[in-house]
Amino acid sequence: MTDLVIIGGGPAGMSAAVAAYESGIRDILILERDDSLGGILKQCIHNGFGLHKFGEELTGPEYAWKYEQRVHELGIEYKLNTMVLSVSPDKVITATNTEDGIFTVEAKAIILAMGCRERSKGALNIAGSRPAGIFSAGTAQKFVNMEGYMPGKEVVILGSGDIGLIMARRMTLEGAKVKAVCELMPYSGGLARNIEQCLNDFDIPLRLSHTVVQIHGKERLEGVTIAKVDERRQPIAETREFIPCDTLLLSVGLIPENELSLGAGIDLDPVTNGPVVDQDRQTCIEGIYSCGNVLHVHDLVDYVSEEAEIAGKSAAEYISGMSGEKTNITLKTDGKIRYTVPSKITSKKDVKVYFRVADVYRNVKINVLSGGEVIFSKKKPKVAPGEMETVMLKKDMLENVSELSFELEVM
Amino acid sequence: MKRALTCIVCPVGCSLEVELDGGKVMSVTGNTCPRGAKYAEAECTAPERTVTSTVRCTDGRILSVKTDRPIPKEKVAECMKIINNAIAPLPVCVGDVIIKDIFGSNVIATKNINAL
Ligand code: SF4
Repeated sequence: MTDLVIIGGGPAGMSAAVAAYESGIRDILILERDDSLGGILKQCIHNGFGLHKFGEELTGPEYAWKYEQRVHELGIEYKLNTMVLSVSPDKVITATNTEDGIFTVEAKAIILAMGCRERSKGALNIAGSRPAGIFSAGTAQKFVNMEGYMPGKEVVILGSGDIGLIMARRMTLEGAKVKAVCELMPYSGGLARNIEQCLNDFDIPLRLSHTVVQIHGKERLEGVTIAKVDERRQPIAETREFIPCDTLLLSVGLIPENELSLGAGIDLDPVTNGPVVDQDRQTCIEGIYSCGNVLHVHDLVDYVSEEAEIAGKSAAEYISGMSGEKTNITLKTDGKIRYTVPSKITSKKDVKVYFRVADVYRNVKINVLSGGEVIFSKKKPKVAPGEMETVMLKKDMLENVSELSFELEVM
Repeated sequence: MKRALTCIVCPVGCSLEVELDGGKVMSVTGNTCPRGAKYAEAECTAPERTVTSTVRCTDGRILSVKTDRPIPKEKVAECMKIINNAIAPLPVCVGDVIIKDIFGSNVIATKNINAL
């Protein structure tokens, strides 16, 4: 029996392990499928990580290294090149690697920290052939930053999420010509700073309300046809425009990777595609926790670490048999706010609630209501789907509450 | 003259408005912290960027690197050329200097690679 098994050795898994150790748990095992710790951060060689957490601007590999060092210092055990095959509801993990073969580990508590993968759906709906030269932005990032290959010379990027923006700059710096970044929505899903430093710095056009409608080329991509879309996001035929290119990068969103969670019988939230969790990041199965991008897609790794620390500390308390004062509060949203994490509160303590909005709204008030009465409110000049928002609920606000509504008031 | 900027110092990405008088910054508004004003000042007079990229190691593996401080923006392309011609010796640790003293910065390693 192992006290705590953590599935995934990326930023979430490592932060959770360190937090659990610091809360007194020693018997910890991290299972990682890649050949080193660090997860997706290893290929994110750009800077901008760690401002919240460490007060300095780090690159992805440096941020990961800070945690990896802690894992080594504390002597936390981990297995690399290890693929978890299944997790059972009674917390038995079946995994495989070339050294141990197929093996099982029984755990008192499990933290799911498997991260997310890129959505590929964007590629499916486009007319035309499927020549070489079409990559997800993350795959291209791995080629360029870890393997040293350039996927192509003339590039169009579909989707303006942060990975797409970062890759526009990266490909440009390495000598490619990025001809356009097309975004289906009338706003970008990426951070404003990335539009500025990744696109504007290099005069790369951002074509809002545009999408790729056709792919051209037999063996290798020869170009794409793009078009403007109307309010219902349907392409407008008269606006079709051919752009010659040999590479198309797709940056059309991320989905939490929850096959293992589903196999264990964990309830998922249809909006986030991640497990339904309480304030401790505990799933519907007692002793199984979830954190990081497998729970919901984060905009900043600093928040991933923060969340993983909650999961690590809570798992440690669970293993030590500690429990707080119980309650049962459901968190509801109004549609303008798409979801909250957590979506329920089961223990009376200070709770930081994370959420994302459905659209870009200006001059808003974020209201939290209980029984029709506003118990918390804060103003924001602007909220956008690409950026995570938070509200801090104090313990004393949770007295005699059974349901909390999160509403966005546009002023 | 007025100039609109997006602050890139932190993920908040404040929209800044700079009041310029013949290349001199008269006022900055829209920043929610002092770093924003400093950025606007630099951006309008001597813009700077941190460069992150990769260099090949002696055995062909790929090492991620960065300039350890921002360099003048107009030198970024030149800096990339120098980085692309460099070869890193092994083993290498986070923080090791790979290229010394270019455009007022050092290019340093951002990951570890062991000698085989
Ligand atoms: S002004 Fe301050 S808070 Fe706003 S983006 Fe710049 S550094 Fe961040």
